Amino acid sequence: MPADLAAQVLSMDRCRELFGVVELAAKSFGAEGVEALFGAHRDALTRFANNAIHQNVAEQAQWLSVRVVLDHRTARATTNRFDADSIRRAVEQSVALARSVAPDADLSPLLQPSAAPTIQRFDPDTADATPRDRAQAVAEAIRLVSEAGQTAAGIYSTGQTAEAILNSEGLAAWHPETLAQFSITAIAEDSSGWAKASAVARRDFDPCDLARSASRKARLSRNPREIPPGRYTVVLEPAAVLDFVGQMFGDFSATAMHDQRSFLTDRLGTKLFGENIQIFDDAAHPLQAGVPFDGEGVPRRKLTLVDAGVPRELTYSRSNARRDGVEPTGHGFPLPNEIGEAPLNIVIAGGSTSIEQMIASTERGILVTRFWYIREVDPYEKILTGMTRDGTFLIEDGRLVCGLRNFRFNQGIIELLNNVESLSPSARASGEETFDMVVPAMKARDFNFTEVTRF
Amino acid sequence: MKQLALQALDLVLEAGITYADVRVIESRERELSTKNGRPAQVSSAESLGLGIRVLASGCWGFAATDDLSKAGIEAAARLAVDVSRASVLAKQRDIALAPEDKYEAVWVSPCRIDPFSVSVEVQLGLLAEIDDELRRTSGVTLAQTSMVFNRTRQMFVSSLGSVIDQTRTSSGAGYEAFSFRNDNIQKRSYPNSFGGQHQLKGYELIEELRLLAQAPRVAEEAVALHTADQCPEGRYDLILDSSQIGLQVHESIGHPIELDRVLGSEANYAGMSFLTLDKLNHLRYGSEIVNAVCDARIEHGPGLGTFAFDDEGVPAQSADIIRAGRFVGYMTSRETAAAAGQQRSNGTMRATGWSRIPLIRMTNVSLQPGEQTLDEVLGGASDAIYMETNRSWSIDDKRYNFQFGCEIAWELRDGKRVRMLKNPTYSGITTEFWNSCAAIAGKDHWTLWGVPNCGKGQPEQVIGTGHGASPARFHNVKVGAAYAG
Repeated sequence: MPADLAAQVLSMDRCRELFGVVELAAKSFGAEGVEALFGAHRDALTRFANNAIHQNVAEQAQWLSVRVVLDHRTARATTNRFDADSIRRAVEQSVALARSVAPDADLSPLLQPSAAPTIQRFDPDTADATPRDRAQAVAEAIRLVSEAGQTAAGIYSTGQTAEAILNSEGLAAWHPETLAQFSITAIAEDSSGWAKASAVARRDFDPCDLARSASRKARLSRNPREIPPGRYTVVLEPAAVLDFVGQMFGDFSATAMHDQRSFLTDRLGTKLFGENIQIFDDAAHPLQAGVPFDGEGVPRRKLTLVDAGVPRELTYSRSNARRDGVEPTGHGFPLPNEIGEAPLNIVIAGGSTSIEQMIASTERGILVTRFWYIREVDPYEKILTGMTRDGTFLIEDGRLVCGLRNFRFNQGIIELLNNVESLSPSARASGEETFDMVVPAMKARDFNFTEVTRF
Repeated sequence: MKQLALQALDLVLEAGITYADVRVIESRERELSTKNGRPAQVSSAESLGLGIRVLASGCWGFAATDDLSKAGIEAAARLAVDVSRASVLAKQRDIALAPEDKYEAVWVSPCRIDPFSVSVEVQLGLLAEIDDELRRTSGVTLAQTSMVFNRTRQMFVSSLGSVIDQTRTSSGAGYEAFSFRNDNIQKRSYPNSFGGQHQLKGYELIEELRLLAQAPRVAEEAVALHTADQCPEGRYDLILDSSQIGLQVHESIGHPIELDRVLGSEANYAGMSFLTLDKLNHLRYGSEIVNAVCDARIEHGPGLGTFAFDDEGVPAQSADIIRAGRFVGYMTSRETAAAAGQQRSNGTMRATGWSRIPLIRMTNVSLQPGEQTLDEVLGGASDAIYMETNRSWSIDDKRYNFQFGCEIAWELRDGKRVRMLKNPTYSGITTEFWNSCAAIAGKDHWTLWGVPNCGKGQPEQVIGTGHGASPARFHNVKVGAAYAG
């Protein structure tokens, strides 16, 4: 663990020192127990449009969020000031808020300490990337796109985060992490193409490769043709898959089930999707990112959310787990909250069919690079609406024929996951509508496009 | 705060920059919610930090920090300048800014009852009463209520010599009743979805909303939707309530008129706009009764987009956007106004906090009230569908094609409700839709709605916007396509 570098933003030693101040204040205000979430990040993002850097930002921030427990009551107060007076004020506010709420007999006591999970996700080279590093990479990507007669827009971000949880029972867990992202849109006269990657280490993707990919899509989709809406076979690239399928994972939550707002209500354990659908939540997956413990400090456990088309496991916070007589899964959000828990490290098992093979096996269909503005139309049938964007192609007789004007879809997730004909190997993918996941590309039949827009 | 801001400004001025501004922001927030009779969110948060924006070598740089020690501010100032100078590696031309005057001002938004002076017990007590009332209706399977209060003080200083001290207090509250039955989830919200109504007011807003009084009706409608007919598919005269008109304005007028989108700044994320520069003063955006403004002044009302100065020190203004149906104005910044050859920014640059740069954001983008009575709006077509309260919203990245879903609808005959309809949706093309506008209700039915969750920018900034609207009728709109498949 490169602790010296992670310490740049917030070390565990510093968290322990600050927690001493929190504990002292909590005792003086009469709290029975106290939990503190610490966080800090140092991020930078270089943004470009019209073949030039137009916004270029850097940010350093920290936070301390205190939750006291007293007489079966709890509440939270947060500050970004780490001096003793500010910490004491945050604790005092948390106590005052907690005294204002009615006792909750089901409130879980603070978590007892256990072996804190650790995952190495810190890359010093990414943490230390300079404005010049990002600008040089952006300049090269712009050069590649502009040489094709197109206009580039996008971002290159790098940063580091550290998060920790400590409580008065002795729990202490800490996780530093880096993340780099690059995305680019290549814009031609009447078409566009897009590509995006994210990784713990910036060396794990090549901005120039992404620029070439976006540029190629813009070139191939020029002079887009309009075809009527209807049901088509689709080849969904990984970013399209994650942004679409990603809209359902908040429902894999014991709280959502208990509230009867999950589409899995009365469906858990029944065959809902095709047998080729296998979905896990796995915080330790080598292509995943994120903290290996939850908002109460419970280590994240690997879950089989969907097994051969059957929704199997849910995420459980501690209080829901106790209510239902199961073990907590390590997916709870910081207390108090109304949404309970959710999986955040989705891994959808892939297959062995490449995107090229999916296209080659399609008599007539549509290739979708990414979706945009996806919203839920029906919460139980899980019908979603949204648009295609930045690279939508007609497939005929096994090859890409031309670009298409973009479609609006109204498509159910359940139906889509029953219509998947083939899957590519899974890869880490990044979209704009939900969080990053490890997902395959999918070929699926009968995707429901309902309208065509003007471009 | 002023000293911190001036200290940071002095540091970057020493570096030989063209322009700089500094915002020091102190914010305080309280969030309360209940769910099925229990407290859910009970939290408070405070934050203090500063952001330094510099224009050097023709390029922007920005650095933000909450380390307000001398060393911390010096490091942020150095970084802001370094970032701007790195931008030169991918520069097309020097950024120019439309001229602006210097201002020294102190402004505090109207707030009759300080929401932080009202006890949490009282606030949670009201939410608990509403929660109980919602669950009194048989068939309600989930009741959720919430309140949120925010106070932000911002000290803005710039190299023009401006020193502007603004304090804004906002409040919001609302609730939802869910009903699950027979493989169907229905929901009703009050006064709006997205956590209810939000305005630049104190606790007086909560008292004005009559939250408890509406709870029985809201709960009963959520349950009644299960036995309502499915909204039909076809073309209908469509009447929307003022909250849905507010969101329609937000998506299909507010976003397309952002001049940074038009000029390509958001191409990789939020998208661009169909309102290319050639359309200004030429495009027939809507029918002749459609008039829209972008108005940040307090005279327009206490909206989430109301202020005295924007976040680059430009005074709040009112700008015509659509006049008698014709497109006549964009929302601008000093940079985009200069790029488009305009004399001055109309003051719409806003940031979500000290850690983000200001972007062109909707202030209060409002549909002006019409001249019809509500009865004339509802009864102007022999057969029509009336929809209330947004449930889903989506629009393409140039803002042509949209689709909205609402929580509830009624079929109207000669203005009278003849049956309730569930799962209503409608869709269309922006300009075709606004050109089909046949009637707009008058000022008595006009409400300045708050949309608290508008996203834009990378890193993303989620900000509140205001939208005045009254119920309106549209002719021959496509209804029900979302469920047709």
